[in-house]
Amino acid sequence: MNGYNFAYLDEQTKRMIRRGLLKAVAIPGYQVPFGGREMPMPYGWGTGGMQLTASILGEEDVLKVIDQGADDTTNAVSIRAFFERVAGVETTTATADANVIQTRHRIPETPLAAGQILVFQVPIPEPLRFIEPSEEETRMMHALEEYGVMHVKLYEDIARHGHIATTYAYPVKVDGRYVTDPSPIPKFDNPKLHMSEALMLFGAGREKRLYAIPPHTRVESLDFEDHPFEIQEWDAPCALCGARDSFLDEVITDDRGGRMFVCSDTDYCQNRQEEVA
Amino acid sequence: MKCPQLDRPTLLEARDLTRLYGPGKGCEGIDFALRSGEVLGIVGESGSGKSTLLRTLCGMEAPDAGRVVYHAHEGELDLYAIGEARRRALLRMEWGLVHQNPRDGLRLGVSAGANIGERLMALGERHYGQLRAAGQDWMGRVELDPGRIDDAPQHFSGGMQQRLQIARTLVTRPRLVFMDEPTGGLDVSVQARLLDMLRTLVRELGLSVVLVTHDLAVARLLADRLMVMRRGRVVEAGLTDQILDDPQHAYTQLLVSSVLTP
Repeated sequence: MNGYNFAYLDEQTKRMIRRGLLKAVAIPGYQVPFGGREMPMPYGWGTGGMQLTASILGEEDVLKVIDQGADDTTNAVSIRAFFERVAGVETTTATADANVIQTRHRIPETPLAAGQILVFQVPIPEPLRFIEPSEEETRMMHALEEYGVMHVKLYEDIARHGHIATTYAYPVKVDGRYVTDPSPIPKFDNPKLHMSEALMLFGAGREKRLYAIPPHTRVESLDFEDHPFEIQEWDAPCALCGARDSFLDEVITDDRGGRMFVCSDTDYCQNRQEEVA
Repeated sequence: MKCPQLDRPTLLEARDLTRLYGPGKGCEGIDFALRSGEVLGIVGESGSGKSTLLRTLCGMEAPDAGRVVYHAHEGELDLYAIGEARRRALLRMEWGLVHQNPRDGLRLGVSAGANIGERLMALGERHYGQLRAAGQDWMGRVELDPGRIDDAPQHFSGGMQQRLQIARTLVTRPRLVFMDEPTGGLDVSVQARLLDMLRTLVRELGLSVVLVTHDLAVARLLADRLMVMRRGRVVEAGLTDQILDDPQHAYTQLLVSSVLTP
């Protein structure tokens, strides 16, 4: 496309972000500040993830974009179309065929392989923010590993609800060092972060922070000894493909209380339906 | 009143400590040694430098000159020569700080139990049941209803908030506690019960305390020794009863004679 550099961002910006990414990979879970650029869409729509994707995308790469696990929602469709136009890269909906997967709120059900890169769109990168509004203070807390307050939140959950009621953006400790917000993925996906084959990059556009979980890195979800970390479970399998091991969305089908539970990962669900057929 | 045992080992020392915001504003040339198990009162009028001294002693504000030396288990530590990490660890594990306003020391949005458990969690306690038991135990000790363990402190009265703050600070059994006007802003009957409770806890746990107050009655009840400050300097120091019953310095005499008796 004329008038734009490959993948929209200029080369200097991409280099700056890649330098940040190298640092992030070198210090797993550490938030690296970067000079965020204005993207042609509002903050909160994935500008952080897009800047990361733009800086790592090569001409040969195959891109997949998901939003809540789906390939066909507005955010996913428009980001995919954006990179088709400004980078001319091939896009796909098949998890296994993609080199770069930009995601909002989910990790694909199909296990990721070495060589794949998952790019997360992160709204609030700082896991300590809910309890400590000062950035200066949270940086100090990270530096000194003062993470006691993270458990205050979990304690509060159990005191109020009888169990840990945090279901998304569930805090993790990366490589035994930095407490990190895994972005608002459901806690169902937290175990997939642990010892992943794929590289995971996190970009927060508004806050201008990026961080990474390199492949084969320990990722533990915080918990209590007598209230261990658990993932969500459903009573019924997916109504479309019958999967019992995937994250299900509730879909309202009429206005008389009709509902069904279906896979949130549309590619995974479709593949399974085709296999059965 | 029980006399302090003066042969006990020194815990905290200030050596020629100075922190000035301007001439006469702050504290200047402070020298003292706090022994283990002793309660040291710092009294003086508003603006005399009491709070500045306390902030400097407890690691919140670096002095312009002089040193704060803490005698830890592993040896002498110069508070401002050790790193930030060690200093904060000290404040977290061996020291405690009770603010004048409980809102500064509490997390108002989270339950009383979480407030008490926070220091334990910071030390690595990861068992919910034990945290909760400790919370209930300590609520009982500070005469709060353990049944309110899940209530947020913002729904507590001022006196209850102050008790909760004390429980939250003492739960890790610190060796040294700094208190800044712990009974400020409370009415007299609440004050009396709080003081009674504090005195019991101090004796029971063998705490060493640096207590800042402008209220001589509070000092009389809690402190073994007193330092009287005026315009940033210590004008008189000695045993509490000695100073309050037989003040030598003109300013101390004025202070003692200014106390209202109903």
